[in-house]
Amino acid sequence: MSGMTLERSPTNTGESVDNYTINFGPQHPAAHGVLRMVMELDGEVIERVDPHVGLLHRGTEKLIEHKTYLQALPYFDRLDYCSPLCMEHSYVLAIEKLLNLEVPLRAQYLRVLFAELTRICNHMLNLGSHVMDVGAMTPNLWLFEIREDCLNFFERASGARMHAAWFRPGGVHQDVPLKLLTDIGDWLDSRLPTLFEDAMSLVVDNRIFKQRNVDIAKVSRDDSIAWGFSGPMIRGAGIPWDLRKSQPYDVYDRMDFDIPVGTNSDCYDRFMVRVEEVRQSARIMKQCLREMPEGPIASTDRKIVPPKRAEMKSSMESLIHHFKLYTEGFHVPAGEVYVATESPKGEFGVYLVSDGSNKPYRCKIRPTAFSHLQAMDMMCKGHMLPDATAILGAIDVVFGECDR
Amino acid sequence: MATVLHSAPRIASSEGVLDTLSAALGSMLVDAKEEFEELVLTVRRDSIEDALRLLRDEHQYQQLMEIAGADYPSRVERFEVVYMLLSLTKNHRVMVKVTAAENTPVPTVTTLWPVAGWLEREVFDMYGVVFAGNQDLRRILTDYGFEGHPFRKDFPLTGYHELRYSEEDKRVVYEPVKLAQDLRSFDFLSPWEGADYVLPGDEKASAKPAAPSVAEPKTTEKPGQSGAAEPSDSKAEQKVAPSATTSGTIAGQGQSVPTVKTSGTPEPGAPEPTASKPDRPAEGPASDKQGGGPAPEGS
Repeated sequence: MSGMTLERSPTNTGESVDNYTINFGPQHPAAHGVLRMVMELDGEVIERVDPHVGLLHRGTEKLIEHKTYLQALPYFDRLDYCSPLCMEHSYVLAIEKLLNLEVPLRAQYLRVLFAELTRICNHMLNLGSHVMDVGAMTPNLWLFEIREDCLNFFERASGARMHAAWFRPGGVHQDVPLKLLTDIGDWLDSRLPTLFEDAMSLVVDNRIFKQRNVDIAKVSRDDSIAWGFSGPMIRGAGIPWDLRKSQPYDVYDRMDFDIPVGTNSDCYDRFMVRVEEVRQSARIMKQCLREMPEGPIASTDRKIVPPKRAEMKSSMESLIHHFKLYTEGFHVPAGEVYVATESPKGEFGVYLVSDGSNKPYRCKIRPTAFSHLQAMDMMCKGHMLPDATAILGAIDVVFGECDR
Repeated sequence: MATVLHSAPRIASSEGVLDTLSAALGSMLVDAKEEFEELVLTVRRDSIEDALRLLRDEHQYQQLMEIAGADYPSRVERFEVVYMLLSLTKNHRVMVKVTAAENTPVPTVTTLWPVAGWLEREVFDMYGVVFAGNQDLRRILTDYGFEGHPFRKDFPLTGYHELRYSEEDKRVVYEPVKLAQDLRSFDFLSPWEGADYVLPGDEKASAKPAAPSVAEPKTTEKPGQSGAAEPSDSKAEQKVAPSATTSGTIAGQGQSVPTVKTSGTPEPGAPEPTASKPDRPAEGPASDKQGGGPAPEGS
């Protein structure tokens, strides 16, 4: 389109006008982090987008190669810091797959419970900021109420509001008090539906919201497959693909839940898929609370999972195990696995290569946002500049994870 | 693996898939294995595009989820590029691998999946593997103007440059990395479990030739063989007083068995048995002498 001549007008004396290029970011409130997008605009229509990522690259994968398996775990919290426990989930499952380690049933239930709580927590942030990116303020504040509740639950389970480091190879770090489970149950019954449905009632049928999202960034099924979409992005395109259902891990195969899919494959569908996922997550959590068995919360294999503090006071062997596990760590058999779980944003995978020592030889992290962001150019082409924020909001991008 | 105990994602059964895919790939295949329930197919580098096209079009592996690089510096072709394929219809995953060196380009697969563009850029950025045919092989995660490939095993964890905001220059400046203390890295490998350490000085052990043979082996069986050469040997041979007939021992040079000498004084015999006197009163002012303590038995 460059070199196109505009109509003669009083302000334009007839010379040709080129497209111009702007920087969207790296510091932009709608960029959800440090994203620089070099945009070529024809008037207000986007001709080309070149996202520059990596501004938050911290070399996590390299750092992990220099840590023991347990020391590397907290790095995963810091990838997608909006859904930390789901990041840990892939990693601990990858280690357990290499070790072929059995996880007690209660630990699996606890993991699923908190993975779903994380999903709600993540979607609150994403739905809220997506809504705010296209102009609405109030729902975001209401949704942050729910997010605050979720963070409090994380704190009560692990001691940390965000970077929980609570999933461990072999189970979870500590058992939860019964009161926490009953409180989560009450919260699911009363507070969550009230706040969430209130906030959504302002948004989902809102005319302005629909004008900003419906028919924006439509991606065909074939395109969404070719561009490596996953999570709500591929479900928005109408493909019922959810790793929790198709490749169940932990106790997801016992859970009774539905997978929402979109029909129009636009930003509105992606938004609505997430809205329904919150309701389904609440359903899974209720089922977890109903069926949660008693029992150990971590494997009793003392070569992997450290003993309880009390045991160490009386048992020499426990003391030795504790010392060895927190200095040297456990050794993982040589081999390679690729384990992917359904994080709130899509398929989050860990390609773990072990050389038989106590440190990962290679730990490649498959971020969800990487493939989605790459499709920005394809999705934005021909749309208006303000649509870019809606598209970005519907991708649900977090740069801790994208840049690693 | 006999029984599956872990709870990692369960995909559709891989039974027979390895044979089917191996047969389909034919001469493109270098190696195929199934370990930890993961199918890993190693193919020839120049046929990666054909192999992946075959898997995508004929065997329903529609999605390319990830391209991972890995560095094995000891190998001839040090890099591995691993393609993770996912079949949405068969609910199955396979990994396809090629090996590469710094100077051997890997054919791009952007012709098959547009998503490969950034994934290949990342492998190039981190490992320096070149993808022939990728139209946009820029760096992606590292800084503008970065040099080197940071995920190679020979690239230090700290990197070579650090940057900070300079108050004098009013801008961000790049400087060589200065560490007040080295990064700590602990070695947990045990010599009992196969770690092969070269301790300082060990290298001399292999370099040194065998000890020269001597006509007379060196022993220390007599005092004269002190090992300290003359005049110490002859000094050691001398008898230091007293002579061998006496029973004295001086510095280990005397007799080993002492002679018994009698002094003439009689040996003390056993004491007379004490008469039994149960109702005898305490003698004298015993409490004055004993200081109030208990009287010793039998006194």
